[in-house]
Amino acid sequence: MNRIIKYVLLDIIKNRLVLGYALILALVSWSLFNLEDNSAKGVLSLTNIVLLIVPLVSIIFSTIYIYNASEFIELLVSQPLKRPQIWMGFFAGLTLALMLAFLIGVGLPLLIYADGGIALILLITGLIITGIFVALAMLVAVLARDKARGIGLSIMVWLFFALIFDGLMLLLLFQFSDYPIEKTMIGLTSLSPIDLARILILLRLDVSALMGFTGALFKEFFGSETGEWVALMLMVLWILIPFWISLNRFKVKDL
Amino acid sequence: MIEISGLQKSFGKLQVLHDINLELKSSSCIALIGPNGCGKTTLIKSILGMVIPQNGDIKISGKSIIYQHKYRELIGYMPQIGRYPGNLSIGQLIKMVRDLRPARNEYDEELIDAFRLSDIIDKKMSTLSGGTTQKVSAVLAFLFDPPILILDEPTAGLDPVSSEALKVKISKEVEKGKLVVITSHILSELDDLVTSIIFMNEGRIAFNKTVSELLQDTQEEKISRAIVTILTNQQQV
Repeated sequence: MNRIIKYVLLDIIKNRLVLGYALILALVSWSLFNLEDNSAKGVLSLTNIVLLIVPLVSIIFSTIYIYNASEFIELLVSQPLKRPQIWMGFFAGLTLALMLAFLIGVGLPLLIYADGGIALILLITGLIITGIFVALAMLVAVLARDKARGIGLSIMVWLFFALIFDGLMLLLLFQFSDYPIEKTMIGLTSLSPIDLARILILLRLDVSALMGFTGALFKEFFGSETGEWVALMLMVLWILIPFWISLNRFKVKDL
Repeated sequence: MIEISGLQKSFGKLQVLHDINLELKSSSCIALIGPNGCGKTTLIKSILGMVIPQNGDIKISGKSIIYQHKYRELIGYMPQIGRYPGNLSIGQLIKMVRDLRPARNEYDEELIDAFRLSDIIDKKMSTLSGGTTQKVSAVLAFLFDPPILILDEPTAGLDPVSSEALKVKISKEVEKGKLVVITSHILSELDDLVTSIIFMNEGRIAFNKTVSELLQDTQEEKISRAIVTILTNQQQV
């Protein structure tokens, strides 16, 4: 499997898109920190941008990469290699390349400008989010045979988690504002990896007061150390479950 | 060498292979022919484990290959259209495939010379023409000196010189005792190469004969004529 990771990584790193991705992230991070005199504000703006761009690039780039590599995957499958090894190799290669781009783009400025604890949580969530959306991309790519449909589905997935899910939550909150639904809200939040990441970072930044009563409840739950660990574990599950499903589909897929 | 029994495969409602039974022996060059969509490629891909059949079994050297991977060390496969990571050069690609398969003492690099690939070994895969890519596919299939070679439309995109070089190579390997399976639409080019012919139609094997049997039965001198004769006779029946 290591050999497959090596070749996928080599292939992706030479790809100009990933370089561009790292560059854009770097540009955004540096300029945000230079614009804001308060580094906490900088982190807050950066969080919002990171939580939009990272999932988008991770899922779209990975989906396109997997479809474009279909003949390469065929070549590998016709060699004496186990299918799970091939699939895991692609996952690891994609994730590592995109994580590297993220670390270079966002990691460096964060370490220089931001407070250690906040920088760390933003980096960790960014890395996990990368893994989650690569896993979702691979699930999409294994489910939809057609490239155009696959990319469309990927955009839908991103749109859902980045924008629509929030809207639905808000709608729910307003519709049932007379009922005690805070606990349900916490449960529902775990259905969106981006929201989990946002809450984790916002609570560290101590701006949860902006989130009102629910925010207070979130703080009570996610603000504690166990809460943070639970949220992180949930996010890791968001990598493992989609990837596991895609792996099982790939094992029996006709190429 | 390869035994196929009761093989069935369908994609959704479309049944592509109906109960295929075949025995392919070494030291032979078998042409798998038939109209488009008759299930040739699906059959080949089942042998390679790229398509997983619903029913039946494929055995290579007596061992079932379903969900196995180790047996592919015995197979060299040349796909119809090979697309490879565009950022790699020809040399890097060959090195990579070498790296992915178990190490050997010797590699069969005859085709690299025959196709004069050494001059362009540093060219990126993405800049190659279809024919050159095909040459690379052929090199990769023969590189590991495997006892079974599966070639899907091997000469379709090649220029006459390279096509001839490949054919010479194929007959040499058959003489060495290998099993070569070729699919092709171009009947005339099979004449001096193949030892037996399997004709598939709509997912079934229409006939499976050695070349001498075929020529005798039809009283023809060329394979292409003989096949046309059989097909026209079948239509009349």
